[in-house]
Amino acid sequence: MTRIVRTVLDPTGEVKPAGRERVRRPPALDGRTVGLLDISKPRGDVFLDRVEERLAAAGATVVRYRKPTFAKNAPIDLRHEISTKCEVVIEALAD
Amino acid sequence: MDLPDGILAVVRQDCPTCTLVAPVVSELAGAGVVDVVSEDSDDGLELSWRLGVETVPTLLRVRGGQVTERLEGWERSRWEAFAGVAGLGPGLPGHRPGCGSRTLDPGMADDLAVRFAGDVLRSRRVEVGELEDEAEAMFDRGWTDGLPVVPPTPARVLRMLAGTTREPGEVVAVVPPNMVEASVEKVAVNAVLAGCRPEYLPVVLAAVEAACTDEFNIHGLLATTYFSGPMVVVNGPVARAIGMNSGVNALGQGNRANATIGRALQLVVRNLGGGVPGGVDRATLGNPGKYSFCFAEDEETSPWEPLAVERGVPGGRSAVTLFAGEGPRAVVDQLSRTADSLARSFASCLRTVAHPKLAIAFDAFVIVSPEHARVFRNDGWDKARLRTEVMSLLQLSGDSVVRGAGGIAEGLPEVVRGSSIPKFRADGLWFVHAGGRAGLFSAIIGGWVNGEAGSQPVTREVRT
Repeated sequence: MTRIVRTVLDPTGEVKPAGRERVRRPPALDGRTVGLLDISKPRGDVFLDRVEERLAAAGATVVRYRKPTFAKNAPIDLRHEISTKCEVVIEALAD
Repeated sequence: MDLPDGILAVVRQDCPTCTLVAPVVSELAGAGVVDVVSEDSDDGLELSWRLGVETVPTLLRVRGGQVTERLEGWERSRWEAFAGVAGLGPGLPGHRPGCGSRTLDPGMADDLAVRFAGDVLRSRRVEVGELEDEAEAMFDRGWTDGLPVVPPTPARVLRMLAGTTREPGEVVAVVPPNMVEASVEKVAVNAVLAGCRPEYLPVVLAAVEAACTDEFNIHGLLATTYFSGPMVVVNGPVARAIGMNSGVNALGQGNRANATIGRALQLVVRNLGGGVPGGVDRATLGNPGKYSFCFAEDEETSPWEPLAVERGVPGGRSAVTLFAGEGPRAVVDQLSRTADSLARSFASCLRTVAHPKLAIAFDAFVIVSPEHARVFRNDGWDKARLRTEVMSLLQLSGDSVVRGAGGIAEGLPEVVRGSSIPKFRADGLWFVHAGGRAGLFSAIIGGWVNGEAGSQPVTREVRT
């Protein structure tokens, strides 16, 4: 399949990088709220259980989330909840 | 582009006339009389595009690097005269019309402009990913005012630039707050975002120039907590030429030129200048006109000289006038049939600009509708008379506007007590004629702080 890439011209003063800037990575997870998003792939929960143990040991507060299906984008309410409650999110992408 | 002197024969493969005359072209090429340019090669297509060839076959005579003569299609006698060779194509019909140039095939114009002229564009290229929705991508990058924008592809920007004779690299203004140089190209990119047609671009350029002057002070206007944004009044033939609205709903929605010119100016301030609400834009409430506030004066039926003429632009020329305006407020007077009575209504309503007890610091525009203007026309009042009468009605007694008077803490300092204070400074009140034919209503547009510390109205001619 041909990869369609559309080009547009930057309307800005070009004082910032063209790519969207990522949020800065926190220096430590101690005291942070970390969301673990299970995308509903088989055995993702097993993996995330262990991640949760390790994070909790590192002093993080862990909140668990689960997408209804890995085949679709996370529902907007779920995304909103994660973005308002968590400072960091880890998504278990594959089984 | 260096063209050697001689004759060029422009042809394309799938043109029956070109096929018919192929032996003639080969004969002339073999004899060194013509050079063949085939639109089937990239170089040939580019040359054809640059020379504006519309028909194939075309013979072009080049002298001193310039095309001095063109011959389209096949006509034996004229080809013989053009090439200076007799007896061409003896077995061919005497004449055949040509075919369209490949450069004119559907969809080719934009493609060729980008391929062959795209290098004039200096803006950074930003790729929109395969899985990104184009409209969402514009929002994600922070390039919109909250409404969807048109993605500024190179083809669209080149089309936009065709709306002006100015060079893409020419610097139009330095845009605050980031003090970024706005090239014609960058303004065109934002005009595409705003939804402008190319013929609007000269008006947008003039508006950007006017906004970024020290007098207009778009930096301060942007940063203020006050309501105002740039109001753009367009005068002169350009308004009609680009289909601007000066009539029914002139200050409202529904006309593309009105809506997108004002929007393009605000997008230039946002994207180029970096002036974003919550950033440098600190407006407490703002006003809906900060999306776009642009309209044309109805000069045709006006009893008065156009605003731009009053402000020094020769009649018949096009110009924009920018004013740091808040939202329109209504003046309802359905009963006055004399200029004197209506002027008193105007004065009463104008007293409330900013606050009934504040004076001199805020200018105002009155948008006078045709039915109200008729009242002044009938009584023979010109603008100067109207202004003088309204100003004299708005001499406020210092005692009534001093702080605390009327039980209202707001007002002017103690020093005004016992004196008479004009509501507006001498050049602080302007009248413009616009609106639908029906309705005994006018509109007041209050200004932001005027003078050196604030914003002055600025008028700029619209160039090509």
